[in-house]
Amino acid sequence: MGAPTVKIAVCIKRTPDSESRFKIASSGAAIDEAGLKFDIDDFAGYAVEVALQLNEKSGGGETVVVAVGPDLVQESLRKAMSMGADRAVQLKTDAAAPADGLAVAKALAAELKDGGYDLVLFGKHAFDTSAGVVGTATAELLGLPCVTAVSKLDIANGRGSATRDLEGASEKVEFSLPAVVTIDEGIARPRYPSLKGIMAAKKKPLESKPAQLGAVRVTVQKAELPPERPAGRIIGEGAAAVPELVRLLQTEAKVL
Amino acid sequence: MANVLVFAETRGTALRKVALEAVTAARALADASGGGEVHALIAGAPGAAAGAEQLGKHGADVVYVVEHPSLATFERESIAATVAERAKQGSYRAVVLGFSSQGRDLGPRLAAKLDAPIAADVTEIAVSGDTVVVKHPGYANKVILTLALSGSPVVLSVRPGAFTAKESPKTARVERIEPAADPAAARVVVKEVVEGAKGRPDLGEAPIIIAGGRGLKAAENFKLVEALADAFGNAAVGATRAVTDDGWRPHSDQIGQTGRQVSPQLYVAVGISGAIQHLAGMRTSKTIVAINKDKDAPIFKVADYGIVGDVLEVVPALTAAVAVARKHH
Repeated sequence: MGAPTVKIAVCIKRTPDSESRFKIASSGAAIDEAGLKFDIDDFAGYAVEVALQLNEKSGGGETVVVAVGPDLVQESLRKAMSMGADRAVQLKTDAAAPADGLAVAKALAAELKDGGYDLVLFGKHAFDTSAGVVGTATAELLGLPCVTAVSKLDIANGRGSATRDLEGASEKVEFSLPAVVTIDEGIARPRYPSLKGIMAAKKKPLESKPAQLGAVRVTVQKAELPPERPAGRIIGEGAAAVPELVRLLQTEAKVL
Repeated sequence: MANVLVFAETRGTALRKVALEAVTAARALADASGGGEVHALIAGAPGAAAGAEQLGKHGADVVYVVEHPSLATFERESIAATVAERAKQGSYRAVVLGFSSQGRDLGPRLAAKLDAPIAADVTEIAVSGDTVVVKHPGYANKVILTLALSGSPVVLSVRPGAFTAKESPKTARVERIEPAADPAAARVVVKEVVEGAKGRPDLGEAPIIIAGGRGLKAAENFKLVEALADAFGNAAVGATRAVTDDGWRPHSDQIGQTGRQVSPQLYVAVGISGAIQHLAGMRTSKTIVAINKDKDAPIFKVADYGIVGDVLEVVPALTAAVAVARKHH
């Protein structure tokens, strides 16, 4: 008998390419999505890779990817399956998932609670909301132990161990399974789907059901681009420019 | 009138700067809601109660203190239970904490335990009738979102550095309370805390940051960055993603979209070209200095003061000049 297999859920989000230049939609309360490229959010992508590696190590198990959102999220779920996830669940909403992290967490907790998962993974936050609420709130709603923003994760014998950054320090923690873990960058590079993986993903099950969102009590009133910085200024070349820089730092910026 | 509860973060027994910023933000929120009280909660190792005086100075009326030997490390389950219990006992308008490693973790726990709407990483807070309105930089600082939260209480985590700690002298009444969950019985157990480089402020707290990129050419040249930070006296040291990916510096030093997001008074970019991913982490700095050999590098578009040149030549000269300037100041 090999190591016991594990059942892992990975909750993913579809977000725009973070290198994009953004424009504000005419509603004034969202970004203009025209022309933007969307994909699995960066941190969620790391979480998918971590799940696949853990299951490869355990020699079996199951990786289930879950996303809340309209049918467009199916594309991200298919991609995760082409990377190697076994099946997918879409918790369907009419519009994009709301800005209320707790409302989304309620939908996920309702889906995950009887799933028999040993581990539920999330990215530490999604690029668009940049808030990091959903994973931890889902853990609380499920009553599971939770470790956030981990840069190293291992599981063995029904227990997990993880490392996470604190400001200026890092902590190593151990926890019991089942548990919820949110994934930081630097832990694993997501694999590219192989052609074989892409073909296989087409036949893998993708279940779609309505999301049981909680009441939405956080809404976006306005979206705006941050003020531009004044145009940069080059004050000189080489070490010869240092005295002028020091003068400006003293008299103009007043930081010296 | 409405009271506001603050989780005043400590590490070991020492109060963190973001705790005073959170109290300052809470004080303003209580005043804007008709002048309620600010209650702060410290949970730390024995001795942490000493922070109560500082919290009072910054506007706390009452400081609840939980001291326990296990709270020398971040016992997330016990702390979340204790803050939530306290929040349930008072009828608070809001629970405010810092958007730090601890606060990022605790905020959503509190929101779920209290069934309260939450906004994370907020830079401004206003009250409009029954609604709390906040600003939150989303899309890795590229889009500023104005969020409206309905319901009470709300949970708000404040971006470190966004609210300048202000004194509002009070003598806080100190009340000792017990942890609502035994820290020793937690399911998540801290096994070890490894401290980073000693003697430097954290990137999120430092007024001055010196950051290095690939333009330094080799890991050992980072000592030039360290020396410049030493010359300023109170500077933190950061790095680009390229540098941390190459292992020149630990991942925790990374400034950028996927690393730390910082807004110091002065940011000195040494040998950094200014990739979008890096700019997203530092473009809100007050003053930006860039030193780079390529005059077309994008970093110069955001730099208040740019010097085109070889960092190996310019940085030592700047270090010497800063040391002299500080001596005569």
